[in-house]
Amino acid sequence: MEKELWKGNEAIAEAAIRAGCDCFFGYPITPQSEVPEYMAAHMPEHGRVFVQSESELAAINMVYGAAGAGMRAMTSSSSPGISLKQEGITYLAGAELPAVIVNCMRGGPGLGTIQPAQGDYYQATRGGGNGDYRTVVLAPSNVQEAVDFVQEAFDIADQYRNPVVVLADGLIGQMMEPIVWREIPKRDLPPKDWAANGRHGRDHTNIINSLYIDPDECDRLNVRLEAKYAEIKKNETRWEEPDCDDAELVITAYGTPARIAITAMEQLREEGLKVGLFRPITLWPFPEDALHKLAGAEHVKAILDVEMSSSGQMLDDVRLAVEGQKPISFIGHAGGAIPTVEEIVEAAKKALKEAM
Amino acid sequence: MAIVYQKSKGLTDKELHYCPGCNHGIIHKLVAEVMEELGIIDDTIGICPVGCSVFAYNYFACDMLEAAHGRAPAVATGIKRTHPNAPVFTYQGDGDLASIGAAEIVHAAMRGEKITTIFVNNAIYGMTGGQMAPTTLIGQKATTAPLGRTKEQAGMPIRVAEMLATLDGCVYAERVCVTDIPNLNKAKRAIKKAFQKQLAGEGFTFVEVLSTCPTNWGMTPLKARQWLLDNMVPYYPLGVIKDIDAEAEAK
Repeated sequence: MEKELWKGNEAIAEAAIRAGCDCFFGYPITPQSEVPEYMAAHMPEHGRVFVQSESELAAINMVYGAAGAGMRAMTSSSSPGISLKQEGITYLAGAELPAVIVNCMRGGPGLGTIQPAQGDYYQATRGGGNGDYRTVVLAPSNVQEAVDFVQEAFDIADQYRNPVVVLADGLIGQMMEPIVWREIPKRDLPPKDWAANGRHGRDHTNIINSLYIDPDECDRLNVRLEAKYAEIKKNETRWEEPDCDDAELVITAYGTPARIAITAMEQLREEGLKVGLFRPITLWPFPEDALHKLAGAEHVKAILDVEMSSSGQMLDDVRLAVEGQKPISFIGHAGGAIPTVEEIVEAAKKALKEAM
Repeated sequence: MAIVYQKSKGLTDKELHYCPGCNHGIIHKLVAEVMEELGIIDDTIGICPVGCSVFAYNYFACDMLEAAHGRAPAVATGIKRTHPNAPVFTYQGDGDLASIGAAEIVHAAMRGEKITTIFVNNAIYGMTGGQMAPTTLIGQKATTAPLGRTKEQAGMPIRVAEMLATLDGCVYAERVCVTDIPNLNKAKRAIKKAFQKQLAGEGFTFVEVLSTCPTNWGMTPLKARQWLLDNMVPYYPLGVIKDIDAEAEAK
């Protein structure tokens, strides 16, 4: 397969088109505006729908309408815009509608900065909106993965009738990298016989709804959702752990910091230090069993979590998974600053020294 | 035996939850009858709001979506753009449409979305227990305006039909009420016309229906009906506010 040079955001948009995205609803925000721009230019070529919404709220609710009527629907934004979409995302989760939401994260809080960051981990993995719900969260660490995950996200969403978030950061969105367009594994997807797209002879009305005024009924919805989330956890949890077989120090990182960590890891290995990387690919479901097992291995002495976040957000999940088996340290920057290789190398040496 | 009246096929058999004297039941009936007369029950997709008519998805016999508060026009946009041949309507109250959903309705109208919005204006938040709405009249009491709405504190009530009529994308806007048979017939004609213009692909169509809320107005149904005629109609005048066809003919 031939390699092509693509800018992250444009590749994400093209990937969605190739995945059969029927409609895109979006609003401009840096650093993801190339997604709606690409969609505006190319969706009509395929006879599909692009609408620039009046707000992020409207965009996610257009997604709700289209998804509820059985379409493959998508929106994208960056952190402050994703905050506005949370209302719609919880409604999508409550009404069990498939949808793909791309977050090209930037620094916060508030208006923050337009530079890349990872401050939306909590928001993405803990639900973000009101109520007990989860979205599947896929975290690409390069443009190739962004392209692959966006395509797969539509299938995962359809398979489980659940919103899927592709959690990238501004670096992945803005960077140009060589990619190949490859086939994603085919899934057996259920028919959308629940869609409210007109009865057309059906003997009952289809209703898309997240309102269950009777507490027992609402409880039953939540029980059903929990069962679905358990199945997603069982089937979709993904991670990779290069060089962890003999590692004394395990670096945990996702997205862009995972790439920086690999360079740091290579330097440390050259110096004779046994360092590995544990990279969650799904942030929800978090690969907690795998990390728990790895942390329990005798050769592992310490864990170092690296994030583009000031005090660590994934760090909570790392702690929950490690369960105190090994000491955990953290290094990170927020607000658009990116951890350097040198910083990680230094922090790794310190963590190892303290653990030995 | 000849049947002189029967419930519209556009309604389900579900028992309505509305308060005695509330106009929602009548307005539902009119929308249902229009769908039936146009033969579109089987194709139509409706969107209901958050507010008193939040359960409307149980009452209409077409496919329905329940939208977040105020977002029905955005939800309708997502549906209509991907299903251009489906009749699509939103059914919204004044808190939903004129307050929290003001942006969504204005932009749906601006874009000329080929949908029909039934806007039920009873000048108060009904479901949450009688709080002030953007449409609450000056002097009218509400639980969040215990001494009555004042211009100084809350501004003047919003006339949504007139506001939307300023937008080119809105091809039809009419205000009606259902206080008596002549008005009810006018209301039905307006709703039918709005759907017909939508089906003809003309643009955004809007029917504002003035409605009573005896429970939260603290009146009997009959008094509430009279209060609407005496107080709401003078501020919210009935009639066609915009009709692109009629305007073209008049020229």
